Amino acid sequence: MSILIQRPGILTTVQDLGRYGSRRFGINPGGVMDPAACRLINALLGNEESESVLEMHFPAPQIVFEKEVCAALGGADLVARVDGEPLSVWQTFRTKPGSTLAFTGKNLGNRAYLAVKGGFAVERWLGSSSTNLVAQRGGLSGRRLEEGDRIGFRSPGSYDSTPIEVRISPWMIPRYSSAPIVRVLPGAEFGDLTGRAREIFLGTEFEVSIKSDRMGYRLSGEAIELSNQGEMISSAVSFGTIQCLPDNQLILLMADHQTTGGYPRLAHVISHDLPLIGQLGPGDKVAFHITTVEEAEDLDLSLERNLKFLRAGSKFESAPN
Amino acid sequence: MIDARFISLGDSALTVEFGNVISIELNEIAVALSDSLTNDPFPGFIESVPAYASTSVFYDIGEVRRSFKNLPNAFAAVSSLVKQRLDELDVAAKGDSKLVEIPVSFDKESGPDLEIVSERSGLPRDAAIDIFTGTIYRVFMLGFLPGFSYMGEVDERIATPRKNTPRALVPKGSVGIAGRQTGIYSLASPGGWQIIGRTAVEMFTPDYESPCLLKPGDLVRFVSSDP
Repeated sequence: MSILIQRPGILTTVQDLGRYGSRRFGINPGGVMDPAACRLINALLGNEESESVLEMHFPAPQIVFEKEVCAALGGADLVARVDGEPLSVWQTFRTKPGSTLAFTGKNLGNRAYLAVKGGFAVERWLGSSSTNLVAQRGGLSGRRLEEGDRIGFRSPGSYDSTPIEVRISPWMIPRYSSAPIVRVLPGAEFGDLTGRAREIFLGTEFEVSIKSDRMGYRLSGEAIELSNQGEMISSAVSFGTIQCLPDNQLILLMADHQTTGGYPRLAHVISHDLPLIGQLGPGDKVAFHITTVEEAEDLDLSLERNLKFLRAGSKFESAPN
Repeated sequence: MIDARFISLGDSALTVEFGNVISIELNEIAVALSDSLTNDPFPGFIESVPAYASTSVFYDIGEVRRSFKNLPNAFAAVSSLVKQRLDELDVAAKGDSKLVEIPVSFDKESGPDLEIVSERSGLPRDAAIDIFTGTIYRVFMLGFLPGFSYMGEVDERIATPRKNTPRALVPKGSVGIAGRQTGIYSLASPGGWQIIGRTAVEMFTPDYESPCLLKPGDLVRFVSSDP
Protein backbone atom coordinates (compact mmCIF):
# COMPACT_ATOMS: atom_id res chain seq x y z
CA MET A 1 0.00 0.00 0.00
CA SER A 2 2.70 2.46 -0.81
CA ILE A 3 5.19 3.95 -3.16
CA LEU A 4 8.90 3.28 -2.77
CA ILE A 5 11.45 5.96 -3.58
CA GLN A 6 14.05 4.00 -5.51
CA ARG A 7 16.09 7.08 -6.42
CA PRO A 8 15.34 10.30 -4.55
CA GLY A 9 15.94 12.95 -7.22
CA ILE A 10 17.61 16.26 -6.47
CA LEU A 11 14.77 17.72 -4.39
CA THR A 12 11.58 15.78 -3.81
CA THR A 13 9.23 16.87 -1.03
CA VAL A 14 5.65 16.37 0.07
CA GLN A 15 3.62 19.56 -0.39
CA ASP A 16 0.04 20.74 -0.40
CA LEU A 17 -1.51 24.17 -0.86
CA GLY A 18 0.23 25.49 2.25
CA ARG A 19 0.02 26.06 5.97
CA TYR A 20 -2.11 29.03 6.93
CA GLY A 21 -2.69 30.80 10.23
CA SER A 22 0.88 30.65 11.56
CA ARG A 23 2.60 33.43 9.64
CA ARG A 24 2.36 35.72 12.65
CA PHE A 25 4.64 33.27 14.49
CA GLY A 26 7.22 33.37 11.71
CA ILE A 27 6.03 30.06 10.23
CA ASN A 28 5.70 30.45 6.47
CA PRO A 29 2.92 28.86 4.42
CA GLY A 30 5.24 26.78 2.23
CA GLY A 31 3.27 24.57 -0.12
CA VAL A 32 3.64 23.83 -3.81
CA MET A 33 5.49 26.27 -6.07
CA ASP A 34 2.81 25.69 -8.72
CA PRO A 35 -0.58 25.84 -6.99
CA ALA A 36 -2.57 25.35 -10.21
CA ALA A 37 -0.85 22.03 -10.96
CA CYS A 38 -1.64 20.70 -7.47
CA ARG A 39 -5.28 21.81 -7.65
CA LEU A 40 -5.85 20.56 -11.19
CA ILE A 41 -4.49 17.04 -10.78
CA ASN A 42 -6.21 16.60 -7.43
CA ALA A 43 -9.50 17.72 -8.94
CA LEU A 44 -8.93 15.34 -11.86
CA LEU A 45 -8.57 12.46 -9.41
CA GLY A 46 -11.61 13.51 -7.38
CA ASN A 47 -9.43 14.54 -4.43
CA GLU A 48 -9.67 17.68 -2.35
CA GLU A 49 -7.66 20.35 -4.17
CA SER A 50 -5.38 20.67 -1.15
CA GLU A 51 -4.57 16.94 -1.00
CA SER A 52 -0.84 16.20 -0.61
CA VAL A 53 1.29 15.76 -3.72
CA LEU A 54 4.96 15.03 -4.38
CA GLU A 55 6.88 17.98 -5.77
CA MET A 56 9.79 16.81 -7.90
CA HIS A 57 12.69 18.71 -9.46
CA PHE A 58 14.98 17.50 -12.23
CA PRO A 59 16.87 15.16 -11.95
CA ALA A 60 13.63 13.64 -10.71
CA PRO A 61 13.07 10.55 -8.55
CA GLN A 62 12.45 7.00 -9.64
CA ILE A 63 9.37 5.66 -7.92
CA VAL A 64 8.04 2.12 -7.59
CA PHE A 65 4.31 1.64 -7.07
CA GLU A 66 4.03 -1.30 -4.69
CA LYS A 67 0.30 -1.51 -5.18
CA GLU A 68 -1.97 -0.68 -8.06
CA VAL A 69 -3.15 2.89 -7.86
CA CYS A 70 -4.81 5.58 -9.89
CA ALA A 71 -2.53 8.60 -10.15
CA ALA A 72 -1.81 11.72 -12.20
CA LEU A 73 1.13 13.94 -13.07
CA GLY A 74 0.95 17.70 -13.43
CA GLY A 75 3.22 20.71 -13.79
CA ALA A 76 6.53 20.37 -15.60
CA ASP A 77 6.95 17.90 -18.44
CA LEU A 78 9.90 15.82 -17.26
CA VAL A 79 9.35 13.16 -19.94
CA ALA A 80 7.80 10.53 -17.68
CA ARG A 81 7.75 6.83 -18.39
CA VAL A 82 6.02 3.99 -16.59
CA ASP A 83 7.88 0.73 -17.15
CA GLY A 84 9.45 2.36 -20.18
CA GLU A 85 6.15 3.44 -21.74
CA PRO A 86 5.69 7.19 -22.33
CA LEU A 87 3.26 8.84 -19.93
CA SER A 88 1.55 12.17 -20.52
CA VAL A 89 1.23 14.95 -17.99
CA TRP A 90 -2.29 16.06 -16.95
CA GLN A 91 -4.03 12.72 -17.29
CA THR A 92 -4.88 9.88 -14.94
CA PHE A 93 -3.01 6.62 -15.20
CA ARG A 94 -3.18 3.29 -13.40
CA THR A 95 -0.19 1.39 -12.26
CA LYS A 96 0.31 -2.30 -11.76
CA PRO A 97 2.01 -3.52 -8.57
CA GLY A 98 5.73 -3.13 -9.16
CA SER A 99 5.40 -0.50 -11.88
CA THR A 100 8.27 1.97 -12.00
CA LEU A 101 7.81 5.67 -12.75
CA ALA A 102 10.91 7.40 -14.08
CA PHE A 103 11.62 10.79 -15.64
CA THR A 104 14.00 10.99 -18.53
CA GLY A 105 14.32 14.63 -19.54
CA LYS A 106 13.18 18.19 -19.06
CA ASN A 107 10.87 19.56 -21.74
CA LEU A 108 9.11 22.46 -20.09
CA GLY A 109 9.04 23.69 -16.51
CA ASN A 110 11.06 22.73 -13.47
CA ARG A 111 8.64 21.12 -11.02
CA ALA A 112 6.52 18.06 -11.65
CA TYR A 113 3.77 16.88 -9.34
CA LEU A 114 2.47 13.42 -8.56
CA ALA A 115 -0.91 12.89 -6.93
CA VAL A 116 -2.68 9.61 -6.17
CA LYS A 117 -6.38 9.04 -5.85
CA GLY A 118 -7.30 9.29 -2.17
CA GLY A 119 -4.01 10.97 -1.31
CA PHE A 120 -0.79 10.04 0.43
CA ALA A 121 -0.62 9.09 4.11
CA VAL A 122 1.77 11.78 5.35
CA GLU A 123 2.33 13.84 8.48
CA ARG A 124 0.34 17.00 9.01
CA TRP A 125 1.65 19.88 11.09
CA LEU A 126 -0.40 22.98 11.94
CA GLY A 127 -3.05 21.95 9.47
CA SER A 128 -0.84 21.15 6.48
CA SER A 129 1.32 18.33 5.17
CA SER A 130 3.70 20.72 3.39
CA THR A 131 7.31 19.95 4.21
CA ASN A 132 8.83 22.70 6.35
CA LEU A 133 12.55 21.95 6.09
CA VAL A 134 13.45 24.59 8.71
CA ALA A 135 11.03 23.37 11.38
CA GLN A 136 11.54 19.77 10.23
CA ARG A 137 7.83 19.09 10.29
CA GLY A 138 5.15 18.05 7.80
CA GLY A 139 5.21 15.56 4.93
CA LEU A 140 7.76 12.86 5.67
CA SER A 141 9.44 13.89 8.95
CA GLY A 142 9.80 17.41 7.58
CA ARG A 143 12.58 16.42 5.22
CA ARG A 144 13.21 15.80 1.54
CA LEU A 145 12.61 12.25 0.35
CA GLU A 146 15.51 9.83 0.34
CA GLU A 147 16.26 6.51 -1.27
CA GLY A 148 14.28 3.71 0.37
CA ASP A 149 11.51 5.95 1.73
CA ARG A 150 8.00 4.56 1.54
CA ILE A 151 4.86 6.67 1.47
CA GLY A 152 1.56 4.93 2.01
CA PHE A 153 -1.82 5.69 0.47
CA ARG A 154 -4.49 7.23 2.64
CA SER A 155 -7.39 5.41 1.15
CA PRO A 156 -7.61 1.68 0.43
CA GLY A 157 -9.81 2.60 -2.54
CA SER A 158 -7.02 4.31 -4.42
CA TYR A 159 -7.66 1.99 -7.29
CA ASP A 160 -11.19 2.34 -8.53
CA SER A 161 -13.36 2.79 -11.51
CA THR A 162 -11.81 6.03 -12.75
CA PRO A 163 -11.29 5.30 -16.42
CA ILE A 164 -7.82 5.34 -17.84
CA GLU A 165 -6.72 8.55 -19.45
CA VAL A 166 -9.14 11.06 -18.09
CA ARG A 167 -7.28 14.19 -19.07
CA ILE A 168 -7.42 17.87 -18.33
CA SER A 169 -8.57 20.01 -21.25
CA PRO A 170 -5.62 21.89 -22.73
CA TRP A 171 -7.29 25.27 -22.20
CA MET A 172 -7.25 24.75 -18.43
CA ILE A 173 -3.52 24.06 -18.27
CA PRO A 174 -1.29 27.02 -17.29
CA ARG A 175 0.61 28.54 -20.22
CA TYR A 176 4.06 27.64 -18.98
CA SER A 177 7.03 29.26 -20.67
CA SER A 178 10.75 29.59 -20.05
CA ALA A 179 10.27 33.33 -20.62
CA PRO A 180 6.78 34.24 -19.38
CA ILE A 181 5.33 37.71 -19.05
CA VAL A 182 3.62 37.70 -15.67
CA ARG A 183 1.11 40.17 -14.39
CA VAL A 184 1.83 42.12 -11.23
CA LEU A 185 0.11 44.60 -8.97
CA PRO A 186 2.15 47.60 -7.82
CA GLY A 187 3.62 47.25 -4.33
CA ALA A 188 4.05 49.82 -1.59
CA GLU A 189 7.33 51.20 -2.96
CA PHE A 190 6.46 51.01 -6.67
CA GLY A 191 6.14 54.79 -6.65
CA ASP A 192 9.77 55.11 -5.53
CA LEU A 193 11.06 53.73 -8.85
CA THR A 194 12.84 56.40 -10.86
CA GLY A 195 11.42 56.99 -14.36
CA ARG A 196 14.26 55.00 -15.89
CA ALA A 197 13.93 52.20 -13.32
CA ARG A 198 10.24 51.92 -14.07
CA GLU A 199 11.01 51.49 -17.76
CA ILE A 200 13.54 48.79 -16.92
CA PHE A 201 11.22 47.02 -14.49
CA LEU A 202 8.28 46.91 -16.90
CA GLY A 203 10.13 46.90 -20.20
CA THR A 204 13.00 44.43 -19.92
CA GLU A 205 13.50 40.76 -19.14
CA PHE A 206 15.15 39.49 -15.99
CA GLU A 207 17.07 36.25 -15.79
CA VAL A 208 16.48 33.76 -13.00
CA SER A 209 19.94 33.34 -11.49
CA ILE A 210 21.58 30.24 -10.12
CA LYS A 211 20.86 31.64 -6.63
CA SER A 212 17.28 30.49 -6.79
CA ASP A 213 15.40 27.97 -4.71
CA ARG A 214 12.01 27.39 -3.07
CA MET A 215 12.55 30.47 -0.88
CA GLY A 216 13.10 32.90 -3.71
CA TYR A 217 14.70 33.65 -7.06
CA ARG A 218 17.49 36.18 -7.39
CA LEU A 219 16.89 37.91 -10.72
CA SER A 220 19.62 39.49 -12.79
CA GLY A 221 18.98 42.42 -15.07
CA GLU A 222 19.68 46.10 -15.48
CA ALA A 223 20.10 47.99 -12.19
CA ILE A 224 16.85 49.19 -10.63
CA GLU A 225 17.20 52.52 -8.83
CA LEU A 226 14.83 53.97 -6.29
CA SER A 227 14.42 57.66 -5.57
CA ASN A 228 13.98 56.99 -1.86
CA GLN A 229 16.90 55.12 -0.35
CA GLY A 230 15.71 55.45 3.25
CA GLU A 231 15.74 52.60 5.74
CA MET A 232 12.57 50.54 5.93
CA ILE A 233 11.16 48.65 8.85
CA SER A 234 10.06 45.06 8.27
CA SER A 235 6.54 44.01 7.38
CA ALA A 236 4.83 40.94 5.96
CA VAL A 237 5.73 39.76 2.47
CA SER A 238 4.13 37.09 0.32
CA PHE A 239 4.64 34.44 -2.37
CA GLY A 240 5.09 36.53 -5.52
CA THR A 241 6.45 39.66 -3.82
CA ILE A 242 9.19 41.35 -5.88
CA GLN A 243 11.68 43.23 -3.72
CA CYS A 244 14.60 45.43 -4.71
CA LEU A 245 17.81 44.53 -2.88
CA PRO A 246 20.54 47.01 -1.87
CA ASP A 247 22.60 45.93 -4.91
CA ASN A 248 19.79 47.25 -7.18
CA GLN A 249 18.81 43.75 -8.28
CA LEU A 250 15.48 42.04 -7.76
CA ILE A 251 14.42 39.08 -5.67
CA LEU A 252 11.17 37.26 -6.35
CA LEU A 253 9.83 35.58 -3.21
CA MET A 254 8.60 32.01 -3.65
CA ALA A 255 6.64 29.47 -1.60
CA ASP A 256 9.19 29.05 1.22
CA HIS A 257 9.78 32.80 1.64
CA GLN A 258 10.34 34.25 5.10
CA THR A 259 7.16 35.74 6.52
CA THR A 260 8.52 39.29 6.84
CA GLY A 261 11.03 41.44 5.01
CA GLY A 262 12.44 44.94 5.01
CA TYR A 263 13.38 45.57 1.38
CA PRO A 264 11.31 47.82 -0.91
CA ARG A 265 8.25 45.99 -2.26
CA LEU A 266 8.05 46.95 -5.92
CA ALA A 267 5.24 44.66 -7.00
CA HIS A 268 3.46 41.36 -6.41
CA VAL A 269 2.81 38.65 -8.99
CA ILE A 270 -0.94 37.96 -9.18
CA SER A 271 -2.24 34.60 -7.90
CA HIS A 272 -3.24 33.45 -11.36
CA ASP A 273 0.34 33.79 -12.64
CA LEU A 274 2.11 32.17 -9.65
CA PRO A 275 2.23 28.82 -11.52
CA LEU A 276 4.19 30.51 -14.33
CA ILE A 277 6.92 31.70 -11.96
CA GLY A 278 6.67 28.49 -9.93
CA GLN A 279 7.89 26.58 -12.97
CA LEU A 280 10.97 28.73 -13.65
CA GLY A 281 14.54 27.62 -13.08
CA PRO A 282 18.02 29.11 -13.41
CA GLY A 283 18.61 30.57 -16.87
CA ASP A 284 14.91 31.20 -17.56
CA LYS A 285 13.66 34.72 -18.17
CA VAL A 286 10.72 36.63 -16.79
CA ALA A 287 9.12 39.98 -17.62
CA PHE A 288 6.55 41.95 -15.64
CA HIS A 289 3.38 43.62 -16.80
CA ILE A 290 1.21 45.81 -14.55
CA THR A 291 -2.43 44.85 -14.22
CA THR A 292 -5.40 45.94 -12.13
CA VAL A 293 -6.90 44.51 -8.95
CA GLU A 294 -10.08 43.72 -10.90
CA GLU A 295 -8.28 41.71 -13.58
CA ALA A 296 -6.19 39.88 -10.96
CA GLU A 297 -9.25 38.89 -8.96
CA ASP A 298 -11.28 37.90 -12.03
CA LEU A 299 -8.45 35.68 -13.26
CA ASP A 300 -8.25 33.98 -9.86
CA LEU A 301 -11.99 33.34 -9.98
CA SER A 302 -11.70 31.92 -13.49
CA LEU A 303 -9.34 29.22 -12.19
CA GLU A 304 -11.86 28.44 -9.45
CA ARG A 305 -14.58 28.07 -12.10
CA ASN A 306 -12.40 25.81 -14.21
CA LEU A 307 -11.71 23.60 -11.22
CA LYS A 308 -15.40 23.35 -10.43
CA PHE A 309 -16.04 22.38 -14.03
CA LEU A 310 -13.24 19.81 -13.93
CA ARG A 311 -14.47 18.31 -10.66
CA ALA A 312 -17.97 17.94 -12.06
CA GLY A 313 -16.56 16.40 -15.25
CA SER A 314 -14.30 13.86 -13.57
CA LYS A 315 -17.04 12.85 -11.15
CA PHE A 316 -19.39 12.23 -14.04
CA GLU A 317 -16.85 10.15 -15.92
CA SER A 318 -15.78 8.11 -12.93
CA ALA A 319 -19.28 7.28 -11.71
CA PRO A 320 -20.31 5.03 -10.06
CA ASN A 321 -17.92 5.82 -7.26
CA MET B 1 -8.78 58.36 14.33
CA ILE B 2 -5.77 56.24 13.52
CA ASP B 3 -3.78 57.42 10.51
CA ALA B 4 -3.39 54.45 8.16
CA ARG B 5 -2.31 53.74 4.59
CA PHE B 6 -3.87 50.75 2.82
CA ILE B 7 -1.58 49.11 0.30
CA SER B 8 -1.85 46.02 -1.85
CA LEU B 9 0.28 43.02 -0.90
CA GLY B 10 -0.72 41.17 -4.05
CA ASP B 11 -4.25 40.26 -5.10
CA SER B 12 -5.09 38.29 -1.97
CA ALA B 13 -3.55 40.33 0.82
CA LEU B 14 -3.24 43.93 1.90
CA THR B 15 -1.06 45.80 4.36
CA VAL B 16 -2.28 48.58 6.63
CA GLU B 17 0.68 50.81 7.44
CA PHE B 18 0.67 53.11 10.45
CA GLY B 19 4.12 54.59 9.90
CA ASN B 20 7.73 53.70 9.08
CA VAL B 21 9.20 53.84 12.59
CA ILE B 22 9.67 51.38 15.41
CA SER B 23 7.32 52.62 18.09
CA ILE B 24 5.44 50.90 20.87
CA GLU B 25 2.39 53.04 20.18
CA LEU B 26 2.15 52.03 16.51
CA ASN B 27 2.94 48.40 17.27
CA GLU B 28 0.14 48.30 19.85
CA ILE B 29 -2.27 49.33 17.10
CA ALA B 30 -0.82 46.71 14.72
CA VAL B 31 -1.10 43.89 17.27
CA ALA B 32 -4.56 44.92 18.47
CA LEU B 33 -5.89 45.06 14.89
CA SER B 34 -4.36 41.70 14.06
CA ASP B 35 -5.77 40.13 17.24
CA SER B 36 -9.20 41.59 16.57
CA LEU B 37 -9.30 40.16 13.04
CA THR B 38 -7.98 36.78 14.18
CA ASN B 39 -10.48 36.49 17.05
CA ASP B 40 -13.43 37.76 15.05
CA PRO B 41 -12.68 36.99 11.38
CA PHE B 42 -14.71 38.25 8.41
CA PRO B 43 -15.82 35.74 5.74
CA GLY B 44 -12.80 34.88 3.60
CA PHE B 45 -10.23 35.94 6.22
CA ILE B 46 -7.19 33.64 6.14
CA GLU B 47 -4.73 35.17 8.57
CA SER B 48 -3.17 38.36 9.76
CA VAL B 49 0.45 39.32 10.43
CA PRO B 50 1.32 42.21 12.71
CA ALA B 51 4.74 43.81 12.16
CA TYR B 52 6.52 46.84 13.69
CA ALA B 53 4.05 49.42 12.42
CA SER B 54 1.75 47.52 10.08
CA THR B 55 -0.84 44.78 9.93
CA SER B 56 -1.10 42.55 6.88
CA VAL B 57 -4.32 40.71 6.13
CA PHE B 58 -4.49 37.63 3.91
CA TYR B 59 -7.83 36.64 2.39
CA ASP B 60 -9.52 34.29 -0.06
CA ILE B 61 -10.58 36.33 -3.10
CA GLY B 62 -13.50 34.08 -4.03
CA GLU B 63 -14.99 33.89 -0.56
CA VAL B 64 -14.70 37.65 0.00
CA ARG B 65 -16.25 38.39 -3.39
CA ARG B 66 -19.16 36.01 -2.74
CA SER B 67 -19.75 37.44 0.74
CA PHE B 68 -19.56 41.13 -0.21
CA LYS B 69 -21.22 41.31 -3.60
CA ASN B 70 -22.08 45.00 -3.27
CA LEU B 71 -18.42 46.03 -3.29
CA PRO B 72 -16.48 46.29 -6.56
CA ASN B 73 -13.69 43.87 -5.63
CA ALA B 74 -12.18 41.89 -2.75
CA PHE B 75 -9.48 44.50 -2.11
CA ALA B 76 -12.12 47.20 -1.65
CA ALA B 77 -14.23 44.91 0.54
CA VAL B 78 -11.37 43.92 2.83
CA SER B 79 -10.09 47.51 2.99
CA SER B 80 -13.51 48.66 4.09
CA LEU B 81 -13.89 45.84 6.66
CA VAL B 82 -10.46 46.50 8.11
CA LYS B 83 -10.99 50.26 8.18
CA GLN B 84 -14.20 49.77 10.10
CA ARG B 85 -12.42 47.43 12.53
CA LEU B 86 -9.67 49.99 12.95
CA ASP B 87 -12.19 52.73 13.78
CA GLU B 88 -13.71 50.57 16.50
CA LEU B 89 -10.38 49.27 17.78
CA ASP B 90 -9.74 49.23 21.51
CA VAL B 91 -5.97 49.57 21.52
CA ALA B 92 -5.86 49.75 25.31
CA ALA B 93 -7.22 46.19 25.60
CA LYS B 94 -3.99 44.26 25.83
CA GLY B 95 -5.54 40.86 25.14
CA ASP B 96 -3.61 38.00 26.68
CA SER B 97 -0.14 39.51 26.49
CA LYS B 98 2.24 38.08 29.05
CA LEU B 99 5.55 38.95 30.69
CA VAL B 100 8.10 36.19 30.17
CA GLU B 101 11.33 35.95 32.13
CA ILE B 102 14.18 34.44 30.11
CA PRO B 103 17.40 33.28 31.82
CA VAL B 104 20.46 33.97 29.71
CA SER B 105 24.08 32.99 30.07
CA PHE B 106 26.42 35.81 29.06
CA ASP B 107 29.68 33.83 29.30
CA LYS B 108 32.28 34.09 26.52
CA GLU B 109 31.14 30.95 24.70
CA SER B 110 27.43 31.89 24.78
CA GLY B 111 27.98 35.54 23.92
CA PRO B 112 30.97 35.84 21.60
CA ASP B 113 30.05 39.40 20.54
CA LEU B 114 29.56 40.86 24.01
CA GLU B 115 33.17 42.01 23.71
CA ILE B 116 32.24 44.08 20.63
CA VAL B 117 29.26 45.62 22.42
CA SER B 118 31.46 46.41 25.38
CA GLU B 119 34.20 47.97 23.22
CA ARG B 120 31.82 50.08 21.14
CA SER B 121 29.98 51.36 24.18
CA GLY B 122 33.12 51.86 26.26
CA LEU B 123 31.38 49.99 29.08
CA PRO B 124 32.72 47.00 30.98
CA ARG B 125 31.01 43.68 30.16
CA ASP B 126 29.10 43.60 33.45
CA ALA B 127 27.79 47.13 32.96
CA ALA B 128 26.63 46.28 29.44
CA ILE B 129 24.85 43.17 30.79
CA ASP B 130 23.21 45.22 33.54
CA ILE B 131 21.91 47.71 30.98
CA PHE B 132 20.67 44.90 28.72
CA THR B 133 18.86 43.06 31.54
CA GLY B 134 17.57 46.30 33.04
CA THR B 135 15.05 46.85 30.23
CA ILE B 136 11.72 45.13 29.68
CA TYR B 137 11.39 44.44 25.95
CA ARG B 138 8.29 44.31 23.83
CA VAL B 139 7.87 41.58 21.21
CA PHE B 140 7.07 43.72 18.18
CA MET B 141 6.75 40.89 15.71
CA LEU B 142 7.90 37.40 14.78
CA GLY B 143 9.61 36.51 11.53
CA PHE B 144 12.81 35.26 9.89
CA LEU B 145 12.54 31.83 11.60
CA PRO B 146 9.62 30.05 13.27
CA GLY B 147 9.40 31.72 16.68
CA PHE B 148 12.12 34.36 16.09
CA SER B 149 11.00 37.45 18.00
CA TYR B 150 11.97 40.99 17.07
CA MET B 151 12.07 42.87 20.38
CA GLY B 152 12.94 46.37 21.50
CA GLU B 153 14.10 48.72 22.30
CA VAL B 154 17.69 48.17 23.34
CA ASP B 155 19.21 51.03 25.36
CA GLU B 156 21.08 53.40 23.04
CA ARG B 157 24.28 52.99 25.04
CA ILE B 158 24.62 49.34 24.02
CA ALA B 159 22.87 49.46 20.63
CA THR B 160 25.25 47.82 18.11
CA PRO B 161 24.80 47.41 14.36
CA ARG B 162 24.66 43.99 12.69
CA LYS B 163 27.88 42.22 11.77
CA ASN B 164 29.16 43.06 8.29
CA THR B 165 29.46 39.40 7.46
CA PRO B 166 26.76 37.15 8.91
CA ARG B 167 27.81 34.00 10.72
CA ALA B 168 27.20 30.78 8.84
CA LEU B 169 25.69 29.23 11.95
CA VAL B 170 24.30 30.90 15.05
CA PRO B 171 23.44 28.33 17.74
CA LYS B 172 19.85 27.86 18.81
CA GLY B 173 18.92 30.00 21.83
CA SER B 174 21.42 32.74 20.97
CA VAL B 175 20.40 36.22 22.10
CA GLY B 176 21.41 38.90 19.62
CA ILE B 177 21.44 42.66 19.19
CA ALA B 178 20.92 44.48 15.87
CA GLY B 179 20.83 48.23 16.34
CA ARG B 180 18.15 48.86 18.96
CA GLN B 181 16.52 45.49 18.35
CA THR B 182 17.12 42.30 20.27
CA GLY B 183 16.01 38.80 19.38
CA ILE B 184 16.42 35.14 20.24
CA TYR B 185 17.42 32.60 17.57
CA SER B 186 14.66 30.05 18.02
CA LEU B 187 16.60 27.57 15.86
CA ALA B 188 20.20 27.25 14.72
CA SER B 189 20.52 29.41 11.63
CA PRO B 190 22.85 31.67 9.68
CA GLY B 191 22.61 35.16 11.16
CA GLY B 192 24.19 38.58 11.35
CA TRP B 193 23.12 39.85 14.77
CA GLN B 194 25.71 40.50 17.50
CA ILE B 195 25.42 37.50 19.81
CA ILE B 196 25.69 38.50 23.47
CA GLY B 197 24.32 35.44 25.27
CA ARG B 198 22.35 32.24 25.05
CA THR B 199 19.22 30.86 26.70
CA ALA B 200 18.21 27.26 27.28
CA VAL B 201 14.53 28.22 27.07
CA GLU B 202 12.84 26.63 24.04
CA MET B 203 11.39 29.43 21.91
CA PHE B 204 9.94 27.04 19.36
CA THR B 205 8.55 23.60 20.18
CA PRO B 206 6.94 22.34 16.97
CA ASP B 207 4.83 19.65 18.61
CA TYR B 208 3.10 21.97 21.08
CA GLU B 209 -0.35 23.14 20.11
CA SER B 210 1.10 26.67 20.17
CA PRO B 211 4.66 26.02 19.00
CA CYS B 212 6.03 29.49 19.76
CA LEU B 213 6.67 30.70 23.32
CA LEU B 214 6.28 34.37 22.42
CA LYS B 215 3.71 36.22 20.42
CA PRO B 216 3.50 39.81 19.21
CA GLY B 217 2.69 42.11 22.12
CA ASP B 218 4.31 39.94 24.81
CA LEU B 219 6.91 41.42 27.15
CA VAL B 220 10.29 39.88 27.91
CA ARG B 221 12.72 40.37 30.78
CA PHE B 222 16.15 38.79 30.45
CA VAL B 223 17.86 37.66 33.65
CA SER B 224 21.43 36.46 33.98
CA SER B 225 21.76 32.75 34.68
CA ASP B 226 25.49 33.03 35.26
CA PRO B 227 26.78 32.15 38.74
